[in-house]
Amino acid sequence: MKKYAIYGALLSVLLSACAQDPAKTGDGADGKGQAAGAQTSGASVNGVDGSLLKGNLSAPPKNVTGILAQRVIYFDYDSAAIRSEFRAVLDAHATFTKANPKAKLNLQGHADERGSRDYNVALGQRRAESVNKAMGLLGVNNGQMEAVSFGEEKPAVEGHDEAAWSKNRRVELRYAGE
Amino acid sequence: MHRLIKPRSLLVLWLAAFAWPAWAAMTIEIVGGAGNRIPVAVVPFAASGTADNPAEVVAADLERSGVFRLIDSRDAGPLPSEPQDVRFPVWRGKGADAMVIGQVLPASGGRFEVRFRLFDVVKGAQLAGMSYTVSAQNLRAVAHKIADVVYEKLTGEPGVFSTRIAYILKRGGRYELQVSDFDGYNSITVTNSPEPLISPAWSPDGSRLAYVSFEEKKPVVYVQNIFDGKRRAVASFKGSNSAPAWAPDGRRLAVALSKDAVSQIYLIDVEGGAPKRLMESPALDTEPIFSPDGRMLYFTSDRGGSPQIYRMSLDGGPAKRVTFDGGYNVSPALSPDGKIMAFVHRREGRDLVATMDLATGQTQVLTDTNHDESPSFAPNGRMILYATRVGGRGMLATVSVDGLVKQRLSQTGDLREPAWAPLRNQ
Repeated sequence: MKKYAIYGALLSVLLSACAQDPAKTGDGADGKGQAAGAQTSGASVNGVDGSLLKGNLSAPPKNVTGILAQRVIYFDYDSAAIRSEFRAVLDAHATFTKANPKAKLNLQGHADERGSRDYNVALGQRRAESVNKAMGLLGVNNGQMEAVSFGEEKPAVEGHDEAAWSKNRRVELRYAGE
Repeated sequence: MHRLIKPRSLLVLWLAAFAWPAWAAMTIEIVGGAGNRIPVAVVPFAASGTADNPAEVVAADLERSGVFRLIDSRDAGPLPSEPQDVRFPVWRGKGADAMVIGQVLPASGGRFEVRFRLFDVVKGAQLAGMSYTVSAQNLRAVAHKIADVVYEKLTGEPGVFSTRIAYILKRGGRYELQVSDFDGYNSITVTNSPEPLISPAWSPDGSRLAYVSFEEKKPVVYVQNIFDGKRRAVASFKGSNSAPAWAPDGRRLAVALSKDAVSQIYLIDVEGGAPKRLMESPALDTEPIFSPDGRMLYFTSDRGGSPQIYRMSLDGGPAKRVTFDGGYNVSPALSPDGKIMAFVHRREGRDLVATMDLATGQTQVLTDTNHDESPSFAPNGRMILYATRVGGRGMLATVSVDGLVKQRLSQTGDLREPAWAPLRNQ
């Protein structure tokens, strides 16, 4: 069941990415080629400003605004399925990463505090791998990403209720060097 | 495998170098009937010039084992410290089956001589008597040794009062891997980091700790010698590296790696080398532990839809599910004889320490708190050390394997991830 949900989410991410992105030459294509295309148009692609697609950045600028400023994907309890509301965030980061081959994405999975710490490392890893897979389907080179887990060890919000837990079940997108 | 210095001499060095009390007090809670506990009187030792009376440490050790019931020695008239002063009828009248007397005498060089005797009160006969000469810093260690002798004479099994524990202390935004006496005294910091540390595991000879550190912004498994501090990253593959467990031979670790799939179990040589994947499952597998004979592996997996404990033979064959009751059973630990499994069992949203008799499948829930984690057996199998949370702060606690005696280790920091060290070879 869980798996179908994940694949369903991935498929819709993929489809929406293709549908919304006429400039794209195809997922899995060389990021540089797309970057060049995006640069000449000067327009934004998947919410990413064309000036950020020149191919020489290792991370989005600190003052970046818009969708690329979003770095966190949240998850349901005991789930690694990517919720549809986060598709655009992944689209934007995939577009940026493909256009900037030097960029290296660290996908950091997290779990809420309930249960075993070791098991939660595995749960966080599953979430990070889920994002890794989605980004791969969006054409990001696997060599530019590493999915890792912090388990329950780095909560975003301290607290012992669902309000805190729902903010802690997450994957953070961090770029190397940031 | 080599050892640089003999453990026994190390203990002395270690206690001398790092003797300060870390925790203020021990809270002991007796929850069950006293039915089959051995009534023992531990008479305060005749002493002058020592801060702690060894008898207090001996009595606390015996009580927290869950095997003994302490007989109050007040109102017994003058307290004996020499065998000829013991009036056995008085102690029989107070219900004692056994009693401990002793004294602390000044010795040369500012040291102390500690003498004790253990009596069978019913027969009026001496069961043990020993003398130790030590520095003031080692008085607690001697008291633990005395408790070990008493425990072994009266139960026929080795005591664990001279053993150590490892755990993670979080304080001031840093994480410290600490080792202390089993009662929390004499703590030393083995390593510390601004990033989380989890999952300490003792090597079978008690000289090294495997653990997981996030200092590289991802989980990496290290092995560190606690005596010389040298450490090595044993598993640092792409993705996450976690949940180390020692094989009984002390040469290999079982670990959970995500290098090929989300979380799978591998064997890896402690000295390095390529990990060997033990099985391929489409699920998330983690928390491996070896059976004491090294032939079986117990682990947690969600292959059946919820996290449960499974076991597999290292000789091959399919994994078999071990836990069935409830939707969340994790963190297996095995008693030293391999007959009892402790684990964390979720019931009505509460995580509790439970045991299972592996021959019969009989399960018993031992604790009644809410956030119990990381059970770990005493080396004689009689107590289980675990982490719990009180008032939002991590604490360590022990429970006797029959669930009757519980205690918390009181301390000032936030503690988690305890692991009970094996018995030292002495």
